[in-house]
Amino acid sequence: MKEIHGDFSKKSKKRKLESFGRTISFVCIALIVLVVLSILYFVISKGVSTFFVDHVSLKDFLFGTLWRPGEVGEDGNPLVGALPMIVGSFGVTIFSAIFATPFAIAAAIYMVEISPKTGKKILQPVVELLVGIPSVVYGFIGLMVVVPTIRSIFGGTGFGILSATLVLFVMILPTVTSMAVDALQAVPRHYREASLAMGATRWQTIYKVVLRAATPGLLTAVVFGMARAFGEALAVQMVIGNAAMMPTSLITPASTLTSILTMSMGNTVMGTLENNVLWSLATILLIMALLFNILTRWIGKKGAMNK
Amino acid sequence: MKLKKIKLLLTLAGLMLVATACGEVVDEESITAVGSSAMQPLVEAAGEQYSAENLGKFINVQGGGSGTGLSQIDAGAVDIGNSDIFAEESGGIDADKLVDHRIAVVGITPIVTPGTGVTDVTLEELRDIFTGKITNWAELGGKDLPITVLNRASGSGTRATFEQWVLGDEKSIVSQEQESSGTVRQIVANTPGTISYVAFSYVTDEVEALSINVVEPTNENVQNNDWIIWSYEHMYTNGEPEGLTKDFLDYMLSEDVQQTLIQALDYIPISNMKIERDVEGNTTPVQ
Repeated sequence: MKEIHGDFSKKSKKRKLESFGRTISFVCIALIVLVVLSILYFVISKGVSTFFVDHVSLKDFLFGTLWRPGEVGEDGNPLVGALPMIVGSFGVTIFSAIFATPFAIAAAIYMVEISPKTGKKILQPVVELLVGIPSVVYGFIGLMVVVPTIRSIFGGTGFGILSATLVLFVMILPTVTSMAVDALQAVPRHYREASLAMGATRWQTIYKVVLRAATPGLLTAVVFGMARAFGEALAVQMVIGNAAMMPTSLITPASTLTSILTMSMGNTVMGTLENNVLWSLATILLIMALLFNILTRWIGKKGAMNK
Repeated sequence: MKLKKIKLLLTLAGLMLVATACGEVVDEESITAVGSSAMQPLVEAAGEQYSAENLGKFINVQGGGSGTGLSQIDAGAVDIGNSDIFAEESGGIDADKLVDHRIAVVGITPIVTPGTGVTDVTLEELRDIFTGKITNWAELGGKDLPITVLNRASGSGTRATFEQWVLGDEKSIVSQEQESSGTVRQIVANTPGTISYVAFSYVTDEVEALSINVVEPTNENVQNNDWIIWSYEHMYTNGEPEGLTKDFLDYMLSEDVQQTLIQALDYIPISNMKIERDVEGNTTPVQ
């Protein structure tokens, strides 16, 4: 009896281990949160100095079309209109999502509904391989293959939104596909069984039941792909031409927020307007990443309520 | 078994202690040079050679661009700031407290895709191309082919030099931009009708260097200023250099480095220059 009493008055070995593990995981989470918060603070505090220190108006920055940091316009305000880059970024993002979505959903349907065996054996490894290719390789292929092809078909220089879209299409395809596969697999089996039992064909089941039920998941997949396209820098920079002017067509050189950032960051002096506007561009990217995140959560919630 | 392991560990620890103690006999010292990516290969090579000759002295070389080099040396965060441009030409830098060490000269030439039919232009024609007044090679007696202008990123040292000597006060049209000279050469080589500019060392058979007013882009023409598009490679220090920094800068300027390494890497030794040019572009002959 005495021994048992002694055991209860102290923490057991397992309890100690548990609280130790809990402390470690808490410290790790706290560290991650701290890193995220300090990045947010650093980028945003630098980004707003364009407006508070250099007194550029937010309207001129977001809707101005002349990007010549370091020069001032006729009215004496610095020429730091970021609209060409904003349009370029949204352009490549939306177009590549439009291209990639049908392919990704078709591949996912094949892998989940039509031929799960071949899907697992062949398609899955191929898709995973695509994820693993570094973006500089995509950019290099884009520069050596896509750009000359576009040039010989459409004329011009070959650099532009179309080339960037084609490169990004291949880059986001695996992301969207694998997430779409997850979404389709999450549709309960009895949905399909009920549909087939009522006499629906396989195609009717896929189209009217499975895809409908998986819509929120599929939308999340597309938004994730868009987030990746929006943030991609290196590959886009190599094929878009990096001309900070409003794109007039899909095959004229354009630029994105990321391409201008990677090009200019080494050439500006910390604390000058030229440097601060780059931080402002980074802030836009950060806010967009946040919005994409919120959007996927919102879609997830909406989908959950419909069930 | 356990005892053996402990003995082994103790022996290993003892060995390590001896090893570190040995390392400390030589006085280790290091400095950091940051900045211009165009100068990075040169400073790196010289740094390695210097470390090999002077045991225990290390030169850390990092890129990041001329802007980074100038702002880091201005803030006193590094020992040497590498830059392709004069500190006075860069905004936000207190150039008065920086000391300029010019270690080499680099010539810059316009390059075009082979097959435009144009091999020589005047300085005015070159300016008109980059300001958008001439848009077809036919206007210069070449083929009927639209001209595509390709610039380096704004703030790049090569671009700053080119614009200072070719464009003067005029502004380049908004055009395609690329971050590195290697990519520029790649694109010029493959895109018909493209014009851009690179340092002499980047010119290969894939692209065609233009002569200006029948002056060929060669090192000899740079040395007597017949070819005006060139810039100094600066190594800035915050105040007068001391100790290892001074020693290394002297080493960079020594005949040994100037006549072998610098020439091997396609830069022009500072001692070969027959004229000297200040930040405003005024030239004086070297006596």
